Amino acid sequence: MNNEAVSDEATTPRLRRGVKFRFDETRQAWVLLAPEKLFTPEGTAIEVLKRVDGARTLGEIIDDLASVFQVPRDLIAKDVAAMLRDLEAKGAVSL
Amino acid sequence: MTAAAAALEPPVALIAEVTHRCPLSCAYCSNPLELERAGAELDTADWLRVIEEAAALGVLHIHFTGGEPLARRDIAQLVRRAAERQVYTNLITSGVQLGDGALADLCDAGIDHIQLSFQDVEPDRADASGGFTGGHARKLAAAARIVAADVPLTLNFVVHKGNIDRLEAMLDLGERLGARRIEIAHVQYYGWALLNRASLLPSLTQLTTATDSVRSARARFGARIAVDYVVPDYFATRPKACMGGWGRRAINISPSGKALPCHAAETLPGFTFPSVRDHSLKEIWTASEAFARFRGTQWAPEPCRSCEHLEADLGGCRCQAFALTGDVGRTDPTCALSPDHDVVVRAIAEAGASGVATPRRIGLFRKAAA
Repeated sequence: MNNEAVSDEATTPRLRRGVKFRFDETRQAWVLLAPEKLFTPEGTAIEVLKRVDGARTLGEIIDDLASVFQVPRDLIAKDVAAMLRDLEAKGAVSL
Repeated sequence: MTAAAAALEPPVALIAEVTHRCPLSCAYCSNPLELERAGAELDTADWLRVIEEAAALGVLHIHFTGGEPLARRDIAQLVRRAAERQVYTNLITSGVQLGDGALADLCDAGIDHIQLSFQDVEPDRADASGGFTGGHARKLAAAARIVAADVPLTLNFVVHKGNIDRLEAMLDLGERLGARRIEIAHVQYYGWALLNRASLLPSLTQLTTATDSVRSARARFGARIAVDYVVPDYFATRPKACMGGWGRRAINISPSGKALPCHAAETLPGFTFPSVRDHSLKEIWTASEAFARFRGTQWAPEPCRSCEHLEADLGGCRCQAFALTGDVGRTDPTCALSPDHDVVVRAIAEAGASGVATPRRIGLFRKAAA
């Protein structure tokens, strides 16, 4: 997928089939589980992933983060898109 | 509690070798030569308890493997319990017994991912390699079933001298079948594979070509299909950090319930590996001498001890050190800095001299009576 398509805020990110995002009580940490892979997202990535529910669009996720964390939308829009693109490259998210 | 115990992280993976029974008889199998029989296997209740204990201990992935895990009638029940405890479930199978009913049961139980092995891309060669007539066709049908059921599929190819020249076709097959992930794994020389090493080791030219094919496939597939490549450590200059470190990331349970830091560890002398019949997984992970013995790097001899690579490769593989030098505490001889490295160089030079492999079979090797 090219950058132009990803920056389209109408896209709906979703976890790919076989990818699970959950809180692990033992480690007290969020984990992203995929076939033979384990990621431990931190900070903003956790907040983004919590909103990847297959219903919200990228634009709506950015709106929500801007509102909840009271940061200017423009400041985070690119970073959120880049973060999801990185998760896409890792095979965890489809855009 | 000692400082080392306080710093001990929970295991991320449980490798559940639920059986050594298998309808195939691949000569590159890394199971031990002395395969366990059905009568020695843990029963369903034991496995359910082990799964519960693993989840409580912090295990995130359970890999159901063997042997052929579908040889057990209770496999879906075990998968279900793991899924109920939110553990990621992976089935590693030959696929020859994966019919519609078996797959439906696994899906209903909550299977997250299936890894399907292939021996080759040409049906006759594949069937000869696995010793199972019609096996390849069954695997193709199983792959189609898995994809149709929308379960993420990994195609696994163990590559060696006899099939590595068809690596491009293997990658194409994975793409055509709709795999999400393709694993190209060079034979690791343990168990049956070590016995048959001379007929399996590829040439350096074969290896170089294969590595190039993997590189170009990764570029072609992008994020669509992950290509994981398990390198042949005989040709590397540094050893692998086996299992991510002894007793550091994974617990392997043998069919009869022995807890091992890796599935080949049973071959090591001078160990009493704890059984899940007698101990909880937590006790085994935190308090057993066997899991602690090579944990970390304190045990490492020279040339590892003063080596800048020690934290990266952790001195390599203990089972390989024992298999090739007779001493479990030595540097892994696949390291070019090992004083024993010539045994690996010689093995590569001598490969090809013998073309006859011994197929894997339960009962072919037995412990001598004590």
